[in-house]
Amino acid sequence: MQNWPLLSVVTFLPLAGAAFILLARGEDEKASRYAKWAALWTTLITFLVSLLILKNFVSGQAGYQLVEDHPWLGSIAGYRMGVDGISMPFVILTTFLMPICIAASWFIKTRVREYMMAFLVLETLMVGVFCATDIVLFYVFFEAGLIPMFLIIGIWGGPRRVYASFKFFLYTLLGSVLMLLAIIAMYWHAGTTDIAMLSKAGAFPPAMQTWLWLAFFASFAVKMPMWPVHTWLPDAHVEAPTAGSVILAAILLKMGGYGFIRFSLPMFPDASHNFQPLVYTLSVVAIIYTSLVALMQEDMKKLIAYSSVAHMGFVTMGIFSFTRQGIDGALFQMISHGLVSGALFLCVGVVYDRMHTREIKAYGGLVNRMPLYAAIFMLFTMANVGLPGTSGFVGEFLSLLGTFQNNTWVAFFATTGVILSACYALWLYRRVVLGAMEKSSLAHIVDITPRELACLAPLVVLTVFFGIYPSPLLDVFGAPVEGILTLLAVK
Amino acid sequence: MIPIFQSIGAAAALPEIILAILAMVLLLEGVFSTRVTTGAIRWAAVVGFVVVAALIVWKTGVGRVYAFDGGFVVDDFARFMKVLALLGAAVTLIMSGRYLTRVNMDMKEYPVLIMLATVGMLLMISANDLISLYVGLELQSLALYVVAAINRDSAKSSEAGLKYFVLGALSSGMLLYGASLVYGLTGHTQFVEIAKALALTGSNLGIIFGIVFIIAGLAFKVSAVPFHMWTPDVYEGAPTPVTAFFAAAPKIAAIALFTRVMVGPFVNITHDWQQIVVVISIASMALGAFAAIGQSNIKRLLAYSSIANMGFALVGLAAGTIEGVQGVAVYMLIYLVTTLGVFASVLAMCRKGAYVENISDLAGLGKTNKGLAFMLAMQMFSLAGIPPLAGFFGKLFVFLAAVKASLWALAVLGVIASVVGAYYYLRIIKIMYFDEPAPAFDRMDGEVKWVVYASGLFVLLFGLFAQPLLSAALTAAASLF
Repeated sequence: MQNWPLLSVVTFLPLAGAAFILLARGEDEKASRYAKWAALWTTLITFLVSLLILKNFVSGQAGYQLVEDHPWLGSIAGYRMGVDGISMPFVILTTFLMPICIAASWFIKTRVREYMMAFLVLETLMVGVFCATDIVLFYVFFEAGLIPMFLIIGIWGGPRRVYASFKFFLYTLLGSVLMLLAIIAMYWHAGTTDIAMLSKAGAFPPAMQTWLWLAFFASFAVKMPMWPVHTWLPDAHVEAPTAGSVILAAILLKMGGYGFIRFSLPMFPDASHNFQPLVYTLSVVAIIYTSLVALMQEDMKKLIAYSSVAHMGFVTMGIFSFTRQGIDGALFQMISHGLVSGALFLCVGVVYDRMHTREIKAYGGLVNRMPLYAAIFMLFTMANVGLPGTSGFVGEFLSLLGTFQNNTWVAFFATTGVILSACYALWLYRRVVLGAMEKSSLAHIVDITPRELACLAPLVVLTVFFGIYPSPLLDVFGAPVEGILTLLAVK
Repeated sequence: MIPIFQSIGAAAALPEIILAILAMVLLLEGVFSTRVTTGAIRWAAVVGFVVVAALIVWKTGVGRVYAFDGGFVVDDFARFMKVLALLGAAVTLIMSGRYLTRVNMDMKEYPVLIMLATVGMLLMISANDLISLYVGLELQSLALYVVAAINRDSAKSSEAGLKYFVLGALSSGMLLYGASLVYGLTGHTQFVEIAKALALTGSNLGIIFGIVFIIAGLAFKVSAVPFHMWTPDVYEGAPTPVTAFFAAAPKIAAIALFTRVMVGPFVNITHDWQQIVVVISIASMALGAFAAIGQSNIKRLLAYSSIANMGFALVGLAAGTIEGVQGVAVYMLIYLVTTLGVFASVLAMCRKGAYVENISDLAGLGKTNKGLAFMLAMQMFSLAGIPPLAGFFGKLFVFLAAVKASLWALAVLGVIASVVGAYYYLRIIKIMYFDEPAPAFDRMDGEVKWVVYASGLFVLLFGLFAQPLLSAALTAAASLF
């Protein structure tokens, strides 16, 4: 058991599932059904195997665990895998959400086989991003994710899918290629691509750090997304199919924040300190501005997308507070947002599947015919607002607490975002769910089905659980976050 | 005869000699024998290419071997590039057969001309002297001029041939002028001697003039900006298999020659030519990226794509270091396989026996021909430089070299150009997967299908077996220094 390449298994199991679907033959009707089941089983098994990571993981230990190290491309890149307290939760989050995504797309009609394969490939790449401890390997996984996501938005998306998929692809690509140059420069300077080696104190001179930091920032800020390069996100979200939105919001957006914590902070501590005001400013603008924008949206998905940008503002702010609470809070917020925004997109998907519209105006009074749905939607709305008792509160509170310690004004302005988030989220809820049912088109809408409930129930449980008892996650973050703080303090 | 043979050291050039003799024998066969079919000649040529490639790998000795008094050199770099060029020539011949019969162009001269052009390429790759350089280049070019115009009944093909000839002749003239200046100022034609002379005297205005003219001539052959004008017209006008050949093998030879000339005789004055290569590299990447956006004919689009690709290969050369040449070698390997795969896909664009060339004809290919669409999509993502596909590693290695040589402007503009270029590669994927289907293509011919899949799998799995290829490229690069 100990000698098992556990991380590689978790990473490449979905790819094997995709290959299986590719090779399986049969007439279309049957093949699609098999593809769905194969995808569901693959993701479930992957999730179960990934729980072994949880079991073998020793909390409170700095450095990477379950390490695998094989030569790959000579000195320019090694096949290095490993997880620490920062990346492990994201791996589990990914494998946990994938079966839900597959189940949520159960009634997809067109090109089912390709759809399932795209999601399985995407899972491999997302898990790979969080497991890679070689910077070139990380880049390979990080960038390769664009391919399946481009196809998912472009083939199964809404009316403006072509525009959205191109925008998504080119925006993120432009950010990433500059990071590639920075990676190359780091390789020539340090002679290695091992992340652990690169995250040593004094690895790069301050002048060089500035440029490297900016190049990494270009990539992560787009991925995050931070204001003002967030504009691809609402488009991509609106046009993507439900499961695509879930993956996008829950996991792909986390790669930016993960990148900041994994690369920018420990590798370029001086530059990070210098650019703190920039990140603070952009974060606060993102929180206030996109919250206001969210207030005015008429499309439910777009509203949630803008609220994601605002929440990611809390994440970047927390990360660049360089305090234990701030970084813990940012990490917690990322995991929590993964659960909550994923669930919100699923909730939108539930009514979209019935009415085929996401216009807020088309709904109203759903509580009369969909009480269970109303209750679940309520919970996630509250979690999105950051109500104490839900996971959303812990992350927001900790990141504000961390920021408050070194910049009161930033924390002050960011806190207005909490109020604004209550405005747009509750208003959305009121318009869609509460009130009298006046629209005749809604007269025959039915409450959520067991399948939809099965998708949402695990998210409900975790959202409440982490809201009440956050320490299991915070304990896991502890050791590596301390390590980063030490590097930041050395300067 | 044998002693003479030995005294000039012709053993090293045995592959070229065999290929030249085979070409002439096949030509005579074609003229005098009525029984020999065109197909037989084509396959004989393919076998010839394979045998010669095997000879080059196993029988030309190890290390650096000279022939013809140092005018001809076989080193690891030459071996690497020659195998690539032969692979390109063989595969284009294999996949062109059905096309040529279908459009009634199956002439016996065609494989012979391809063989002669290939002999020229092998000479170019091994050229170690300004004179053998020119001889190889002209042998290749003259054969190519004819091949471009081989479809005599088509005005476009004739126009392509004529354009290529006129502009090619002009560039050969410039190259010769540059060569004569270099000879006049150093007193030598052999690369090694020129390098020695320049090490003593350093560069001067005359030498720089000579280098500029030589680069102009070579840039024409690799179709780098600003000497690219012929490329779109020739690519579009020539029959598709010929275009595939143009895009594959001659580019390998030209880049190999370019590299050898730059890091051979002029190795000691790198800073004098570096900025020229940087400029044409940036210009090629940018023009290739922007000009391709508006194209509707896939062959024209691929012409601009290959201009951009040459720009990327030149990024490695601009560094002028071992890493740079390794980058060039890796890039050209990947470029070759990708190009063959993409052109095989173009050759599969045949509807009811008639070939179509518009990008819009690919509409909905993701539904009508899943295998072809998937492979072509992977090629496009690879050309856009998305990991883990082969194209990413090609770009990675040239930019590694550029960054190490501190060519920051080149590196940054290069990656930005690659993002712009990604747009039109994505557009092809969009047409194949997002648009409503056009009528399906005919069943793919066996050979074409084989090339499409082999090349697609190479691109897809390159990351897994890259290491041996990368070290081969490194050995090749090291042999030039």
